[in-house]
Amino acid sequence: MEMISWPMIFALMAKQFWPVWGALVVTYVLSIRFKRKLGLYGKLFDSPVGMIGFAIVMFWVFTAVFANVIMTFDPLAQLGSVKNPLPGTPVPAGTEGQYPWFLLGGDHLARDVFSRMVMGARQVLIIAPAATTFAFLVGITLGLPAGYLGGKLDTVLSFFANLVLAFPVILLFYLLVTPEIRNTGIPVVLAAILFLIPIGFFVVLFNSRFHTNPPKRNLYVGITLVLGLWAYSGLAFNSDPLGVWGMEPNLLNVFVSVVFVNAPTVFRIVRGIVMDIKSRDYVAAGQTRGEQAWYIMLWEILPNARGPLIVDYCLRIGYTTILLGTLGFFGLGVTPESPDWGSTINAGRKLLSLVPHPAVVPALALMSLVLGLNLLADGLREESMKD
Amino acid sequence: MLNFVIRRLGVMLLTALVLTFVVFFLTNLPPNLEKLARSEGSVRMTDAAVASWIEDHGHGGSVFYRYAEWLGVAPGWVLTDAKGVTRGLCIAQNQDPAAADHFCGILQGNWGFSTVFKKPVLASLGKSMAATGWLMLWVMVIMVPVALLIGVLAGMREGSRTDRVLSTFSIATSATPEYVSGVILVALFASPATGFSPIFANWGWLSGKTLFFGTATSAMDHITFWNFALPVATIALYGVGYIARMTRASMTEVMTQQYIRTARLKGVAFRDVVMRHALRNAMIAPFTVIMLQFPYLLNGVVITETLFNYKGFGWMLVTAAGNNDIEMLLGASVVAVIFVLATQLISDIGYVFLNPRIRLS
Repeated sequence: MEMISWPMIFALMAKQFWPVWGALVVTYVLSIRFKRKLGLYGKLFDSPVGMIGFAIVMFWVFTAVFANVIMTFDPLAQLGSVKNPLPGTPVPAGTEGQYPWFLLGGDHLARDVFSRMVMGARQVLIIAPAATTFAFLVGITLGLPAGYLGGKLDTVLSFFANLVLAFPVILLFYLLVTPEIRNTGIPVVLAAILFLIPIGFFVVLFNSRFHTNPPKRNLYVGITLVLGLWAYSGLAFNSDPLGVWGMEPNLLNVFVSVVFVNAPTVFRIVRGIVMDIKSRDYVAAGQTRGEQAWYIMLWEILPNARGPLIVDYCLRIGYTTILLGTLGFFGLGVTPESPDWGSTINAGRKLLSLVPHPAVVPALALMSLVLGLNLLADGLREESMKD
Repeated sequence: MLNFVIRRLGVMLLTALVLTFVVFFLTNLPPNLEKLARSEGSVRMTDAAVASWIEDHGHGGSVFYRYAEWLGVAPGWVLTDAKGVTRGLCIAQNQDPAAADHFCGILQGNWGFSTVFKKPVLASLGKSMAATGWLMLWVMVIMVPVALLIGVLAGMREGSRTDRVLSTFSIATSATPEYVSGVILVALFASPATGFSPIFANWGWLSGKTLFFGTATSAMDHITFWNFALPVATIALYGVGYIARMTRASMTEVMTQQYIRTARLKGVAFRDVVMRHALRNAMIAPFTVIMLQFPYLLNGVVITETLFNYKGFGWMLVTAAGNNDIEMLLGASVVAVIFVLATQLISDIGYVFLNPRIRLS
């Protein structure tokens, strides 16, 4: 078989991505049709920048969802013995009915770069949003009282936040994400503390709202505790009795470090917003009604702080993606054959000047995802300011 | 003002102590010490031998006391082994134990000995920091003016086409971390197989194989445009976007102020309004951002030096961390922490000087 040319490669890739195109079209048609009923999400479709950003992000989200259909090979399979085959090279004959080409070439172990990129999207899009969400819950839970109550609590929490922020990120990663540190149990302790905070957040959230209505309160708090502690036992200690929740030790290590690095910045943002909002009239009205402090923080201030927080959430997922890539780039906390983008770039950079494609493909993928998130955040900021 | 600086310095000192303790604690964890024992002693040591090696080399006992020793506020350990030889933290080889100092931590200038580079930590630190200093200097020289220019041009007329184009550019660069832009730049400019180099070589424009060098190792001795442009561009590109966006935000805010409108209405030319009235006020926020950008720059330096094999501070940090070189890593962390805290202090003080509206008393 012949090498195929670049236009042909792009056409074949576009064909391979068909479930993504379908899902994107459905999403956009439905969203634009009902955009007036969808709140801030609907308004996003008034801003061209936001629409482009959202399209790029959803492209990768759907790629992650449909990865099994899109990829042409097993991302770990070594196809033939030729190192670093160029994009469009035919795959040496193997099993019946296999895909005939390396669409974007192969890496130094003759694994298909295209399939690894697609599978890498799934890895990135599971960890990055989850870690960002945790960082936000931690940052909000600590930032609200620090900003609202102030005083000694604020001084102490701010000191610790600044402490983490003054730590060079790479140094922290090198110290926290090593195989040795797993043996000491420090990641598990950190996880035990950090993962407890979201449960506390939801318990306080429901309790402060429904404490006048005990049956309802008991129901919500009960559900939170059962679900939360169930997930907690699995995620932090890897001892879920039912085996649904669980994280590999090195993944837990990476996850905890990323949350740990991100949470102080979120804390500072939330604290700043709360200090601004707490002098508003509706807060004073709540105080006059005799509402509890947590009710005012969680049900009066937090909903009114959502605009900047949503924008920062999008930006921060992008930043977390970059951080995860950095970890992969230094080979920290991931298994060597993992198809995530950072470690693929790291593996490809050794022969970068001779055969760039194994490193350039995941690099462009990572860049486009972060770009999409930044554009989405920009669009959201523009639209939320119009309110 | 003086009070503010003193209080700020106090907090800074406390932060530095806590951070260095955290680094000390994390680098001196039992598994790391065991690894050190096996690499310095022998790989085949029994567990008991490892434990006694750790004791014999002053790594036993409480971590707080060892931290104080390392810092130089507690007397260094002294041990006399079975053969009657007295060794200690402060006792150099073949030195009379009685003549040695009692305290010798980093405060006394004893930063330890690097097990990877086989040199005193301070010596290798100095050399690598000088190398990184050049890199940072050039990054700043390129990044700051470019970013400010982009930000001011974009924020001058909000919503104009210039603004759209420049804003998109700055969003794109801030979405491109160093390990991505470095890879792309090398593929474009420093690869004999792809990008521009083969085209230029075909046209006979190049004497060598590639336009730029893919590694910056030769820049250690002699910096040229061809071996230094790519690393500098790699770091600068990521920072430009962020500073430019902050400058733009600050500039657009200033441009909506009353005094700008007044100046426009009294007939001052748009150029003069921007240059005389807006620019000075719009520069306050970016100053803080630029100072706070230094810690992130450190990140970029580590990645770029690894990617381009430039043996500066970042490369050294990675090598030390990868090879369990505890004293080197501690020394590097001290430098990094002090560097970050110093930039924070400068940004705080500078902000007060630049913005007369802020009163500290």
